[in-house]
Amino acid sequence: MGATAVHAENPAVTAAEAEPVVAVRDLVKRFDRVEAVRGISFQVGSGEAFAFLGPNGAGKSTTISILCTLLRPSSGTAWVAGVNVANDPLGVRRRIGLVFQDPTLDEYLTAEENLRFHAELYRVPHSVIPARLDQMLEMVELSGRRHDLVQTFSGGMKRRLEIARGLMHSPRVLFLDEPTVGLDPQTRSHIWSYISELRSREHITIFLTTHYMDEAENCERLAIIDNGEIVATGTPEALKEAVAQDRIELQVDDRDEAIAELHDEFRIDATFSEGSVVFYAANGDELAPRLLRELKTPTRSIRIASPTLDDVFMAYTGRTIRDAEASESERMRSRPMARARMRR
Amino acid sequence: MATTTAPIGIREPGGRLRDELAAVAVVWRRELLRFARNRTRMIASLVQPLLFLLILGTGISSMLPSSGAVNYRTFMFPGVIVLAILFTSLGSAMSIVWDREFGFLREMLVAPVRRGAIVFGKCVGGATIATVQGLVIVALAGVVGVPYSAGMILELIGIMLLGSLSFTALGAFLASRMQQTESFMAVMNLVTMPMFFLSGALFATRNLPGWLAFLTKIDPVTYVVDPMRRVVFAHVHTTPAARRTLAAPLTWGHWVVPIGAELAIVAIIGAVALGLAVLEFERTD
Repeated sequence: MGATAVHAENPAVTAAEAEPVVAVRDLVKRFDRVEAVRGISFQVGSGEAFAFLGPNGAGKSTTISILCTLLRPSSGTAWVAGVNVANDPLGVRRRIGLVFQDPTLDEYLTAEENLRFHAELYRVPHSVIPARLDQMLEMVELSGRRHDLVQTFSGGMKRRLEIARGLMHSPRVLFLDEPTVGLDPQTRSHIWSYISELRSREHITIFLTTHYMDEAENCERLAIIDNGEIVATGTPEALKEAVAQDRIELQVDDRDEAIAELHDEFRIDATFSEGSVVFYAANGDELAPRLLRELKTPTRSIRIASPTLDDVFMAYTGRTIRDAEASESERMRSRPMARARMRR
Repeated sequence: MATTTAPIGIREPGGRLRDELAAVAVVWRRELLRFARNRTRMIASLVQPLLFLLILGTGISSMLPSSGAVNYRTFMFPGVIVLAILFTSLGSAMSIVWDREFGFLREMLVAPVRRGAIVFGKCVGGATIATVQGLVIVALAGVVGVPYSAGMILELIGIMLLGSLSFTALGAFLASRMQQTESFMAVMNLVTMPMFFLSGALFATRNLPGWLAFLTKIDPVTYVVDPMRRVVFAHVHTTPAARRTLAAPLTWGHWVVPIGAELAIVAIIGAVALGLAVLEFERTD
């Protein structure tokens, strides 16, 4: 099935793009011989929730590190909150909040001490700190644990505290690198409710990276990144529409026969995946009755699904995120140094 | 580019000296807070100096003929103070590697302050803690026959602060190049004991064979032990003969190195180490 390379853009967001909070042009990052980011360009509008969706190793963390001035770009430019990341890193840092993929709390300090340390390091005026502390702790529902050492916290609580900390100095953009990785589904949805509450309260731009499809769905706009390149940007809806193909799953008795018949009689390339014969087609609802009528292979059920972001990723890259992750993790295992570098 | 002002009440910090000093103070306070909360570390870093002073010191002094003038424990007292600050300083420097492993270093390195301020704050924190630990040993002066003189204690505090600042800076430079606590500990063990032994903390450096005398003179720790011993012996009542053998000041050839020069050497070593550590942390790639 051909990858329909349609660039999805939603006219509704162009107004926001007139004043981008993050603007990236032709950004490239090379490590020795590996090109982790290969000339990407994108913009994030003020107040937007923007996601970078892609498998591990696609260049998401590298890009976020450049935007947060932790890495220098090899070429290209990036502005965050109107400041060029290469010229004025401290200016960028003052205006952004960061929640890392790995925890970065001091476990021997209490929740409040961690927040206070951050506020003072960012020079939040002392008169403002107590109120801000209360507000942030309350938002992430940790007021009751404020005097407890962080080492007694669960993974979800730590992540919530890190989000609160990233906001202590009222940044213009909050960067979240895989904010819910390693958390259980319930905690993940909790974290998301904090993030949406926070957006309504603080009018803040959110930039996050994720490899979870459902998380990307929560964002207004996203960029799909694979192998260091952006393959598509747009709203989740627009991206899915652009694929313009429904996913059709057939339950049949003889899958080989069904695949052969689909190929010969209907000119459809189907594959067998997770227990079903699967293929993509435009106008699935019109095709389905015809299939049931004309298909000679006995069919037990037919299911038509509108495209998901996984299908979008598939359409642009020819593989699913999960496949991309599997091959990436194999590559990483064979190169332990690469992993060490990324964690640095 | 759009310019939006910061929310009311949140001041935009500029890259001013005041902001950098504030960062130093914040990092310094965290070091103290963590130390105050960690009684194990507090006690553990005192065990070794106390073993040296009370057991090794008592043992050796009972072996030596009693000269009636100076007890060996009195002699080694400044050396043991240096041992205490050396170990505590390097332990503080190790917390940089620890912070890196546990991620907290990142929180500090992405802050809108110069990394020099963060590293300096760490070093000042380490030096403060080391000096406090050193003072615990100083408090035992009476036990080893050293009078409690306010002047002496003040001078010792000064030397301890400078010495431990340099030791922490050396440790910070080491830590800046280390990714794992294990490797830092391995290198530390490799380096500290020779530095301590060569410093003249446990023996007089006056009549040593040439090769050993040379090694003691290139050991930075020597330049902390010697001024401390001079300060202590200025307050101990003893015979001129004993003073000559035990508390003879360090010489280069025939030149008696003044205390000021010794302390300047310590300061320069510390400044260079600090500078190198900061450079190492400022690299963004």
